[in-house]
Amino acid sequence: MAAVPSRHPLPRRAWILSPDEEVSQASLRRLYDRFNALDRTGKGYLSRMDLQQIGALAVNPLGDRIIDSFFPDGSLRLDFPGFVRVLAHFRPVDEEDDGNRDPKEPEPLNSRMNKLRFAFQLYDLDRDGKISRHEMLQALRLMVGVQVTEEQLESIADRTVQEADEDGDGAVSFLEFAKSLEKMNIEQKMSIRILK
Amino acid sequence: MGIRGFVPFCPWNWCLLLATLQCCGASSELNRSTDSSARRELNVRYAAASSQPAETISVFTLDYDYVQIPYEVTLWILLASLAKIGFHLNRRLPGLMPESCLLILVGALVGAVIFGTDHKSPPVMDSSIYFLYLLPPIVLESGYFMPTRPFFENLGSILWWAGLGALLNAFGIGLSLYLICQVPAFGLGDINLLQNLLFGSLISAVDPVAVLAVFEEARVNEQLYMMIFGEALLNDGISVVLYNILIAFTKMHKFEDIEPVDILAGCARFVIVGCGGAFFGVIFGFISAFITRFTQNISAIEPLIVFMFSYLSYLVAETLYLSGILAITACAVTMKKYVEENVSQTSYTTIKYFMKMLSSVSETLIFIFMGVSTIGKNHEWNWAFICFTLVFCQIWRAISVFVLFYVSNQFRTFPFSIKDQCVIFYSGVRGAGSFSLAFLLPLSLFPRKKLFVTATLVVIYFTVFIQGITVGPLVRYLDVRKTNKKESINEELHTRLMDHLKAGVEDVCGQWSHYQVRDKFKKFDHKYLRKILIRNNLPKSSLVSLYKKLEMKQAVEMVESGVLSSTAFSTPHRAQRTQETKRLSPEDVESMRDILTRNMYQVRQRTLSYNKYNLQPQTSEKQAKEILIRRRNTFRESVKKGHSLPWGKPAGTKNIRYLSFPYSKPLPAGRDMKVAEFTDHDGSDSELPPITFNTHSPTGTIQERRWTPEVIPMKRLHGAGTPLHFGYRRNAGREEHLGRGGRAILRPKPLFHAVDEEFESEEESEEETPAFGSLLSSELRPGGNCNVSHSPLLQRK
Repeated sequence: MAAVPSRHPLPRRAWILSPDEEVSQASLRRLYDRFNALDRTGKGYLSRMDLQQIGALAVNPLGDRIIDSFFPDGSLRLDFPGFVRVLAHFRPVDEEDDGNRDPKEPEPLNSRMNKLRFAFQLYDLDRDGKISRHEMLQALRLMVGVQVTEEQLESIADRTVQEADEDGDGAVSFLEFAKSLEKMNIEQKMSIRILK
Repeated sequence: MGIRGFVPFCPWNWCLLLATLQCCGASSELNRSTDSSARRELNVRYAAASSQPAETISVFTLDYDYVQIPYEVTLWILLASLAKIGFHLNRRLPGLMPESCLLILVGALVGAVIFGTDHKSPPVMDSSIYFLYLLPPIVLESGYFMPTRPFFENLGSILWWAGLGALLNAFGIGLSLYLICQVPAFGLGDINLLQNLLFGSLISAVDPVAVLAVFEEARVNEQLYMMIFGEALLNDGISVVLYNILIAFTKMHKFEDIEPVDILAGCARFVIVGCGGAFFGVIFGFISAFITRFTQNISAIEPLIVFMFSYLSYLVAETLYLSGILAITACAVTMKKYVEENVSQTSYTTIKYFMKMLSSVSETLIFIFMGVSTIGKNHEWNWAFICFTLVFCQIWRAISVFVLFYVSNQFRTFPFSIKDQCVIFYSGVRGAGSFSLAFLLPLSLFPRKKLFVTATLVVIYFTVFIQGITVGPLVRYLDVRKTNKKESINEELHTRLMDHLKAGVEDVCGQWSHYQVRDKFKKFDHKYLRKILIRNNLPKSSLVSLYKKLEMKQAVEMVESGVLSSTAFSTPHRAQRTQETKRLSPEDVESMRDILTRNMYQVRQRTLSYNKYNLQPQTSEKQAKEILIRRRNTFRESVKKGHSLPWGKPAGTKNIRYLSFPYSKPLPAGRDMKVAEFTDHDGSDSELPPITFNTHSPTGTIQERRWTPEVIPMKRLHGAGTPLHFGYRRNAGREEHLGRGGRAILRPKPLFHAVDEEFESEEESEEETPAFGSLLSSELRPGGNCNVSHSPLLQRK
């Protein structure tokens, strides 16, 4: 592994992460360097503004929501374990893990369900466990160009909720969400190779 | 979907083509007859003149000989351009077959015309013209547009694959063909080993970039992309070097007794030629980067400098018998980074477009020449040779791919899967390079040159058409596991969301470099090279005035084109909401799906899409502009209504950071914008709704002054004779945002440079923070509203 010089030595604390992260050492090192690079003022934690200065996120339609997902529960500071915890969701899924896993242990963060949960929370802003029609509409609006009229967006949002909603409450719960995506290869879609 | 659009255009295009052809053919017919008659007449006239002065001055003569060569060349180029226009008018065709197909067809057409009219084609291609004029632009363009960071990260693999692959292919094909030639039944006994090796070297020159456009949409991963690109880049150079060495061997006349010493000398020469060429290229790259540092006052010659220095590097390398191709490639790669920062925006665009144009012209000419040679009488057909050539090309390419990648996979962090290797194998499409080398074989040394040319042509046609057309479906088949059955709207929406999410998280992770060497180079580059090569004193006045000009123009355009119609952002009126869910007919669902597919924002591509024949930055730039403006607007609106800031420090700040001045330039501290300019505009502010939040972040006077320039031009725009004063004032706020948004968008170059790669992370951000920190805090006021701006200014006044 290349020993890339960084400004801060990796603190002992950073290595002590809860067992469900399972990020490899090499990746951990790189993530730490990246964390420090993002933390320009050397505070030791990341604020929203640090993440907002990543230019590529500015042109991502979901940039703000992605940043918010790094700050769970409305906190204002993101420390390194938290950073890694979020990114651990995107580790590629190792096929053999499932067989050997002890069923009593908590699911690894990069399991399919957890990945889906992560995506779910991008929609569910008020964290009530359901995607209401309004939330769907908001997400849709973010992702679609300006040419689409409001009526069209509304009907598309309606249709989306209608398709997934099984118990007829006008909102999509997490299980309904997961069911509507059961045919999708989530493991591959939400995996980042370099986090292996 | 696209077929409908194709049909009405198709007849027009073909009519146009036919018309042009008729003119071409007719003119050449006419000219042939007239010029012979004209010549006779001329002779007669001269003969007469010698004895006595001419009788009359002819009022109207036709002098075709004088213009023949440029005339025909221009016609050919125009014809190819028309064909390309037609090709791209159809939305689906470019995804089906590579553009080389089209060019070859056009060439064949021209060849048919020339053959049919029994016209002697102008001597466009001989050895010196090809090597001195036609080849450099092609190589320059591919070197310039190469993404440098992935290239250097994968440099080891690329050199291993391209270099060794070319050698392996060349010698493999050559030797196998030699063995075939030994079989007396095929009648090829007079082709000796060296000739076979030479043929092998020229036939192994691949042009895989031509097929990149075909499977671009399949989101090839970056490494694969880079391998293909890198191979294309180095392949030409290596083939030419090999070709020259083997020709030198052939000329030695004693090829029966080639000793190991000669072979060693050949290898040494290979290495020296390659590295020497690259070395010269790097030197010239640095020189030209250095010179562009001083061209701020005469920016019109900046493209000239870029092109001339690249060309000079090529010529100098050729003088010393080094590899000019590698020299020009290295020059382009080296100077690109620095030149892009130094030159003005328009020069940058000019350089890009001119490079594409030159290379496309060269390639067109070569393909047309290929078409002309195809349809002619100088062919020699030998079934055995040609079939075995085809077979061996495929076999040896497969061998080289799988063997070499197997070895290099042991050392790579991200090994190439078998699928990737299949794609690389299948994209071994030959192109103009091999044809040129075959065509330029000296007849004296190669009595069976015609056979070689024919074989080369067959291989090119086969690979371009058959492989080129099927590589798209193959990649899609390999990549997409699921069949293209219709996804539900849910799936489509959610997968797009996930793609965006993944792209965003990848951006948070940043680029990870693998090599310490690269980091060292980056540090060295920042400490020394950039100080020498990048201009550091941008004159404030010209820059500011440039921005003002562009800002105004952009804003005017945007308003006029209705890009930011307010309807798109208004909150949904709840009045017409029907609560019951109605059953939607399938057509409605279909149309919804269509709307979604067409209008959803594309995910940001991490792999730079390279298209050999076209520059297509448009869609992603437009999309990015839209997203940024919307965010700023929605942000501003939500703030206007007195909502608390949803996300702590406003999102607007981050937009500004990358949208304002080119990075790494600290803003001039106090810009001398006259405060007096505000005077006439303060009145208009009274119409704007009052804003309650003057609290917010500390705003130093400097920071306020700093971003006033952005505000001013827009205001002036409104002030200057707008018919709807009231309406404009109402919208003034929005348009000021337009202004800022407009200005923001003006320099897509730094924006996308910042977005794409290279120095995006770490060092770059370190440098810019001091510059932008204050700017950020100035923009920090939510929405950075002009409204707010004027209050302190009013106070100051």
